[in-house]
Amino acid sequence: MTMLEHRPTSPVPGWLPGATAPRTDPAPLLPDPSPVRMLGTDELKDQDPALLLDLYRRLVVGRRYNQQATTLTKQGRLAVYPSSTGQEACEVAAATVLRPGDWLFPSYRDTLAVVGRGVDPLEALTLLRGNAHTGYDPLATRTAPLCTPLATQAPHAVGLAHAARLAGDPVVALAMMGDGGTSEGDFHEALNFAAVLNAPVVFLVQNNGYAISVPLAKQSAAPTLAHKAVGYGMRGRLVDGNDVVAVHQVLAEAMEQARTGGGPTLVEALTYRLEAHTNADDATRYRGSDEVTAWQEHDPLVLMERRLRAMDLLDDATAAEASEAAETLAARMRAEFHAEPVLDPMSLFQHVYAHPTPQLLEQQHQLAAELAAEAER
Amino acid sequence: MTPTRTVTMAQALNTALRDAMREDASVHLLGEDVGRLGGVFRITDGLAAEFGEQRCLDTPLAEAGILGTAIGMAMYGLRPVVEMQFDAFAYPAMEQLVSHVAKMRNRTAGKLPLPITVRIPYGGGIGGVEHHSDSSEAYYAATPGLHVVTPATAADAYGLLRASIASDDPVVFLEPKRLYWSKADLDTTSAVEPIGRAVLRRPGRSAVLITYGPSLPVCLEAAEAAVAEGWDLAVLDLRSLVPFDDATVENVVRSVGRAVVVHESTGFGGTGAEIAARVSERCFHHLAAPVLRVTGFDIPYPAPMLEHHHLPGVDRILDAVAKLQWED
Repeated sequence: MTMLEHRPTSPVPGWLPGATAPRTDPAPLLPDPSPVRMLGTDELKDQDPALLLDLYRRLVVGRRYNQQATTLTKQGRLAVYPSSTGQEACEVAAATVLRPGDWLFPSYRDTLAVVGRGVDPLEALTLLRGNAHTGYDPLATRTAPLCTPLATQAPHAVGLAHAARLAGDPVVALAMMGDGGTSEGDFHEALNFAAVLNAPVVFLVQNNGYAISVPLAKQSAAPTLAHKAVGYGMRGRLVDGNDVVAVHQVLAEAMEQARTGGGPTLVEALTYRLEAHTNADDATRYRGSDEVTAWQEHDPLVLMERRLRAMDLLDDATAAEASEAAETLAARMRAEFHAEPVLDPMSLFQHVYAHPTPQLLEQQHQLAAELAAEAER
Repeated sequence: MTPTRTVTMAQALNTALRDAMREDASVHLLGEDVGRLGGVFRITDGLAAEFGEQRCLDTPLAEAGILGTAIGMAMYGLRPVVEMQFDAFAYPAMEQLVSHVAKMRNRTAGKLPLPITVRIPYGGGIGGVEHHSDSSEAYYAATPGLHVVTPATAADAYGLLRASIASDDPVVFLEPKRLYWSKADLDTTSAVEPIGRAVLRRPGRSAVLITYGPSLPVCLEAAEAAVAEGWDLAVLDLRSLVPFDDATVENVVRSVGRAVVVHESTGFGGTGAEIAARVSERCFHHLAAPVLRVTGFDIPYPAPMLEHHHLPGVDRILDAVAKLQWED
């Protein structure tokens, strides 16, 4: 007997008729108690080798991207970088389950997913470099801007998915957030709207253990974050977030379910950020080195490489190829970011309104005059 | 039906929504109670029946969720019109409004404009209990990226709402709820004006009352009463706070030389402060007196049995006019 089975499904004494139609069986919605794992299981043999190698390559390039971006912050070339080192499996899987028409709604730590989606790696960093808010065209790659306010992009994903469904388009929206984001009101409102509207949307929570410094135990008293789905009437899935094949598999299933009218899913990926929250954070103040070391043993890249080599899918030559692609990208990042960006001060007034207000036009003239005077000096 | 008929402001708004939905299939309404019930003020009455429950969508009761969902809908090409049930109930959606609705065009270098209209019944004077009478226009007007408009007549309610829905920019559409039942002639065939223009409701040569929304009828009444005092007061209805019609305001103030700004929301840091500053900066040498403000007190909106002490009435307006240094 599941715990909600006592809820009445038909009029009984004391139960008023009306629009209430409680779900009768919450069991299929509950997440499995242990996270889904694929690496190290027999199921891996059924996976497409080309997919496995693709995921591996993306992990290698993603890890290098994270490292290079972090280095650029130390050199003052990037204003800030919230590294996803240790979480690359989630980022890679998110990017690879999306079809061209689908939409990605990333949060600020999800640059890798954005790049994996096809956004130029340098354009994806303009927000964090500080030269523009969103350096890429969201429509061209169906990728919403990197979102800084926590989980506020989740209802956007719901609305877009809902509108797409109304239009009859087979579009799924994938919204990404961290464990801290699940405490925000917008997260809960988004889940509720998604379930009520049966919107084709998938929520991916990367539970990396800390919201800056606050550990999960102080963030939520739920058995898992995936359990939060059940109260809204949607499926919750728990997955090993460092197992790239498992994240890919679970997300792909959720996407398919959404695409075929089965409604939304909340996926919790258990992972760990091996770096601090951002370069401005000191992680040694809130977590011990033993913990970090333990997670380093469970590094998504190490897990995948070890497995693929054991399966004879990966040889030195292929590994070297991936490494070379990663170095090429890193070199491009260095070259581009060591050059000063070209900025146009007059762009401040662009794109505030479709047609600037008279007040903005006045201020625009003011700045133009200031710039002209500066040029004469 | 002849194009001109006498309607309430509520009916004018309902007609505007209906006409917009008939003309453009991308116009979708969403909010709490907008469907079957037709909204607590019946502004969406009959629209679910005519356009279906998807285009007039009853949502879960969550304002951030409502507006956030509308953002995603707009990103996919729809033109959402959101109803916030009461002024103070819109605050949970403030983050969506300020951080996303107002900024999305700018954040994405023009790639994701959000043509969303957020309808908010606002203001007091209807005996509403706590949290049902706020005037929140200053918050919205201080947010770059939003247009902020507020009609004071049935005709403007129709015209401004049509213009707001047609606008490619997000508009906070403030409905003065105490004027919902005021009646006027409405001609829906007359051209819809672009938003951003003030209109002179009453010419006058002594001073001008600059106002908007729920305070317009009060100002017109004050102007009538002022005749007995020997003052010929002009009354200017701003209609739009953002964009602000500096040109019309300047013309009127320069021609009369004295100005009082009247609104019912609190004064400190309010829109009246902005208007008075703009007028002083632009018309200083044409002014015979400082620009005065008549506003609600700087208090949380009072209990309904006391609200008449808070809301600017005719006497308070005339007191201000009396202070305009007539013996200079």
